[in-house]
Amino acid sequence: MAEFTMPSLGADMDEGTLQEWLVRAGDRVRRGEPVAVVETAKSTIEVECFETGRVGRLLVDPGATVPVGTPLALIEPVEEPAKPTKPTKRGRAATARSTARETPKRAATAHPAPAPAEPRAPVPAGGRDRVLAVRGRAHGEEGPLVRHLAEQAGIDLDALHGSGHGGRVTRADVERAAAAPRLPGRITPFARRLARELDVDLSAVTGSGRNGAVRAVDVREAAPGPSVPAGPKSGSAAPARPAGERRPVGMRDAIAGLMSRANREIPHYYLSTTVNLAAAMDWMHEHNRRCPIGERLLPVALLLKAAARAARKVPELNGFWTDGGFTAGEGVHLGVAVSLRGGGLVAPALHDADTLELPQLMADMKDLVARARTGRLRGSEVSDPTITVTNLGDQGVEAVLGVIYPPQVALVGFGRIVERPWAVDGLLGVRPVVTATLSADHRATDGAVGARYLTAVDRLLQSPEEL
Amino acid sequence: MATGQPDERKTTYREAMREALREALRADERVFLMGEDVGRYGGCFGVSLGLLEEFGPERIRDTPLSESAFVGAGIGAALSGLRPIVEIMTVNFSLLALDQILNNAATLLHMSGGQLPVPLVIRMTTGAGRQLAAQHSHSLEGWYAHIPGIRVLAPATIEDARSMLAPALADPDPVLIFEHGSLYNAAGELAPLTAPVDLDHAATRRQGTDISLITYGGSLPKALAAADELAADGISAEVLDLRTLRPLDGEAIAASVARTHRAVVVDEAWRTGSLAAEISARIAEESLYELDAPVERVCSAEVPIPYARLLEQAALPQTADIVTAAHRAVD
Amino acid sequence: MKRDEALDAVKESLAEIVPDADFTTLRPDDTFRDALELDSLDFLSFIEILGKRIGIRIDDEDTPHLTTLADSADFLVVRTAEGIGR
Repeated sequence: MAEFTMPSLGADMDEGTLQEWLVRAGDRVRRGEPVAVVETAKSTIEVECFETGRVGRLLVDPGATVPVGTPLALIEPVEEPAKPTKPTKRGRAATARSTARETPKRAATAHPAPAPAEPRAPVPAGGRDRVLAVRGRAHGEEGPLVRHLAEQAGIDLDALHGSGHGGRVTRADVERAAAAPRLPGRITPFARRLARELDVDLSAVTGSGRNGAVRAVDVREAAPGPSVPAGPKSGSAAPARPAGERRPVGMRDAIAGLMSRANREIPHYYLSTTVNLAAAMDWMHEHNRRCPIGERLLPVALLLKAAARAARKVPELNGFWTDGGFTAGEGVHLGVAVSLRGGGLVAPALHDADTLELPQLMADMKDLVARARTGRLRGSEVSDPTITVTNLGDQGVEAVLGVIYPPQVALVGFGRIVERPWAVDGLLGVRPVVTATLSADHRATDGAVGARYLTAVDRLLQSPEEL
Repeated sequence: MATGQPDERKTTYREAMREALREALRADERVFLMGEDVGRYGGCFGVSLGLLEEFGPERIRDTPLSESAFVGAGIGAALSGLRPIVEIMTVNFSLLALDQILNNAATLLHMSGGQLPVPLVIRMTTGAGRQLAAQHSHSLEGWYAHIPGIRVLAPATIEDARSMLAPALADPDPVLIFEHGSLYNAAGELAPLTAPVDLDHAATRRQGTDISLITYGGSLPKALAAADELAADGISAEVLDLRTLRPLDGEAIAASVARTHRAVVVDEAWRTGSLAAEISARIAEESLYELDAPVERVCSAEVPIPYARLLEQAALPQTADIVTAAHRAVD
Repeated sequence: MKRDEALDAVKESLAEIVPDADFTTLRPDDTFRDALELDSLDFLSFIEILGKRIGIRIDDEDTPHLTTLADSADFLVVRTAEGIGR
């Protein structure tokens, strides 16, 4: 018996809304099959199942918003007759274990976890309303001891799946869990509650109390919008808002929280090089002339392929910085930054981009961009990029110095392909060139490694037929 | 609250308590006062001065020096339908009557299946600060507040001294009234009584938004003084006077913490196992997610209260200690 | 094909890429890639759809002729007149 839980679909997600079930109780499901559609602050995601088996009880109704880690359905082994049973703590632990075993260790799921930690994205404990769903956990209700232990271990409670009463995180959960990004040292219970009510990302708040404790005043200062009067409220505690009245955290807020964290935590260094694309463009135009209409390539396909291949060559840039150390990604899953119409950004993964033939990569990229814009990404795509590429060439800029997408350690940028004077064999000519940039996490690598990466990108683009 | 000689227009806590006794004796024939030196001497602290002349030795009765005996007699009188008010000189001496209070007064209604109410009122002086040394200076009202079956009152203002006795006498259960020795000379205008006094609710003596100073009895003036000092530092302190120590007004405590998100509990008893500990525990149980700082406690040093003035002052909670604790919570 | 047919074909193809495109404010000589915020992928889809609709092959080197509504319509009229189809 396993549980299918609300997945963490990125480092900036802490709750999701179940939009629809793609399966019914009793259906057989295979690992990797989409079983539910989840709406996050950013987009609508088709979530795949990690287990093969039979769908047992559906625990959450469409429309409910629940914290990451909340069980959504039970998945029964096919041998077992379908019978709704209450998962026990042992059952949960087993779930966590098997999930850990069967999940490829990838980005947001990568706590390089001492099993049986639940693989889960490090989530900034940002504004969260207490959501009362079918088995929704009253998050943020852990006692001081558990919070204290979590603080000491640097564990983010909101990223844990609680096995205790009502979904609370227990001491055992904390002790089992892998480390997550450290929140500020101490947070008063009231400040924590206030942060939930005001949608404030606590990881972005500096504490002014003793020993750096975050207090209500710090949360209020960090709260967006008109400042909240610090005066007494009439009556006592504001009741938890029911799910229906939740203030959705918009994509802008989600991006703001994640990028603030990146800028605060990651010591970036930046490198830039200009790549001559004459060979690549000639080769591409030739390819496009010869190929069927639907298989035409765009320059971005070559750039992405080169970025992915270079990441395989320089694995120090392909992976995650978690728990004070680097974990190499298993495979190159290239995050592709896609700007959405009407604003916002997602960076879903092109899986194993380094191994895809160019036409296939092109087709996958088209499909990915289309689904990103129609809100039909899959869970694995949004949760596991190992390195991200942003291509702002279409926006007409020549270079982009980007912000790394935590917990990744590198972001590759490409600007516009422009014709520039270029020295070739001692003569001046005009060549199409592109500025390739690298933003990298100085905790994980040093400039020499970054330089090797950009050099590799350049070399690969000089031999487009081998891409 | 100033201390010192009362002038014509003002009354004192002592006089207010005497006025309450006088009113009770006049209002109900069944009421009588007994205790050590309450008659000819006028009470150890002068509360019953003049009452012997007005009501006679039948109703203002001097007793032998045996707390167990005269409290027991009071319990018997209450069981027989009278309305005794028993004065014990200090809470330290009440320990001699603890057996009567706990094993008889507090339990008889329960053990008789509701047939034997004990409508007894026991008044006693509590607290330190007057160089009476360790056998006359302790604050043990928290021990009594531990006992189910009795009600424990701690009037801290002139108004409460004046008005709590009547409802205490009307209560069918034993009621203990603790009068802090430092309050007897407190003087002020007695506000006219506009509504019946209830014995169930704490009173907000000063409103504030930054921190709750939760206290009772003799520490109330110190907490109010601390609130004045804190206001000068830009900190708005709310002062909550518990008034009734059993049953505690948990709702008022929670409501105050919900307003200010910080609390300092001021209690002249020893810190360990004190009423302050109970209040802190309740805040932890019921108001954890309102707290923006750890709960602070300001209690007496855990020593027998010293006789030497400087040592005694050092052992007791002082205004400066309350201010310091509040700053710890707020800054 | 006639020019107004060509213009409709261009607009309809664009509308498939940008469903909420507002052609009332798009002037014939506006570069629609900027006006409609088309990226290179969108543009590639556009010429694929347009090519299919008209029944011609549009190559990379044709794309400079496809920047405004007017240019695109002219290009289609010429190309279909040349009879260069699939």
